[in-house]
Amino acid sequence: MSNDYSDIARNGLWSNNVALVQILGLCPLLAVTNTTINGLGLGLATTLVLIASNLIVSSIRNIVRPEIRLPAFVMIIASLVTAIELAMNAWFHELFNILGIFIPLIVTNCAILGRAESFAVKNPPLPAFVDALAMGIGFTAVLVVLGAMREVIGSGTLFANAHLMFGEWASVLTVTVIKEYRGFLLAILPPGAFIGLGILIALKNLVETRSERIASREKQSTAVAQGQ
Amino acid sequence: MFKKALSSPYIHNPPFSTRGMMFRVILALLPAAAAYAWLFGWGVVVNMLLATGVALLCEAIMLALRGRPLQPAITDGSAILTALLLAFALPPLAPWWLTTIGVAFAIVVAKHLYGGLGFNPFNPAIIGYVVLLVSFPRELTLWLLPAQLAEHTLDPAATLGYVFGATLPSGLTIDALTAATPLDAMKTQLGLGHTTSEIMANHPVFGLVGGKGWIWIDLLLLAGGVWLIYRRVINWHIPVATLGSLFAISSLFFVLDPQHSPSPLFHLFSGAAILGAFFIATDPVTAATSNLGRLWYGAGIGVLIYVIRSWGGFPDGVAFAVLLMNMAAPTIDHYTKPRVYGHDGSGDA
Repeated sequence: MSNDYSDIARNGLWSNNVALVQILGLCPLLAVTNTTINGLGLGLATTLVLIASNLIVSSIRNIVRPEIRLPAFVMIIASLVTAIELAMNAWFHELFNILGIFIPLIVTNCAILGRAESFAVKNPPLPAFVDALAMGIGFTAVLVVLGAMREVIGSGTLFANAHLMFGEWASVLTVTVIKEYRGFLLAILPPGAFIGLGILIALKNLVETRSERIASREKQSTAVAQGQ
Repeated sequence: MFKKALSSPYIHNPPFSTRGMMFRVILALLPAAAAYAWLFGWGVVVNMLLATGVALLCEAIMLALRGRPLQPAITDGSAILTALLLAFALPPLAPWWLTTIGVAFAIVVAKHLYGGLGFNPFNPAIIGYVVLLVSFPRELTLWLLPAQLAEHTLDPAATLGYVFGATLPSGLTIDALTAATPLDAMKTQLGLGHTTSEIMANHPVFGLVGGKGWIWIDLLLLAGGVWLIYRRVINWHIPVATLGSLFAISSLFFVLDPQHSPSPLFHLFSGAAILGAFFIATDPVTAATSNLGRLWYGAGIGVLIYVIRSWGGFPDGVAFAVLLMNMAAPTIDHYTKPRVYGHDGSGDA
């Protein structure tokens, strides 16, 4: 059973990553990743929605009739997003203002309905929870890395506005990577998001082909050794 | 969808090798480059040399990373041409990092990430320029005054000092050396409610037709372009369609409202219109490939130049117009496929 869970986790974090492999949820991914903190905020909100929706969908999977399952799932997701939106408005008001429309738009993030439909509805709550956690963290990781890339190249800082998320003490987290930086607007503008995501996907594919090549070489060498 | 688009090999009567073609284009560009340097000083020369160096370096690095042979691609002149065209579009006193970022982006991303020469859907030089224009709008508007108007000119040492160290000789500020380009000045002044005749009369940057001095660069570019057509390096279709449609649409608005529309000649001899029509839009890789398609492609560029110049946010629209039509080129090719003898032209056998 533990093997199953590690498979689920590996799927969500790496080999079936929402952003890098399934290429889902591009709209928020491209729109809000101009800073690290924006990416982190949206990633965590999405992860919360994903976990809650996977848990609920999985526990009612035997009650909901297949004919009406999609409207039911959408209603569940919409209610959860509304709850998260109200919560963020109450506790992270400024971050909520920056992320704006992209919080309610989590409803339309295909990744959430996608996981409900392809995983949660076929599995018991515990695996569904692990799947949601892994997928959510995988998505958040890409948002944070892309946000950090764009923030460093675009405005020369890292973790700007961290206090919006973690409270006043977190202002010390903000790092000015390059002093007196003029800013590279392209990275902050939408084309920078597309180029950045393209580079991340390319890097992932590079790592995969490298590791496959190493694996096949090892297999060959063990085969040769056994042959002798 | 675009399976039926025209594509190489064009084995009938190949007039030149890639290399022969690139070097003829570079040759045709040189007189105008010399005039540009003569008018705007040593910065132009520094830009062109720096851009060429960076382009060759990036080309070599990318070829090595992609495991391709270095020698044929380095010596085919395409990287040098990209660098020269980009340097032509940059302000004469561009800081070194500006030129470097633009050229590196052009060669690494716009050329090699798409598969190298012949596979790039967009003109690399234009991509490099647009990246700079979008990212550093302030640096790209710092244009020097032409030599006849300038009170101060920079000697080679001072130029190098500014390009690489951002320092000027004491007593000089960058604002004393620079001015808005004619297109920029025209756009700003029209926005303030002045009429074109007032603007042309009151501002020293304007000459008889367009910007003072700029006209010589444009005439030399025109001569170089005509020579390229004469030598059959490029076809007449794209330049004629581009400049013709720009002329036609600007004439239309000029006749309707001469006080608020610059003259058609002003449009032709300002900004990058002639450079774009003869040297950039004619890039065989990114342009439409049939003669009819080339006419549509050029006409699209001309109209878009006028639209962007008149109602867009940037003073000049050549770069964006060429990029937009680069994007449309496969579709144009699809619909303008010439009828093959023996087939009915419907495209199906």
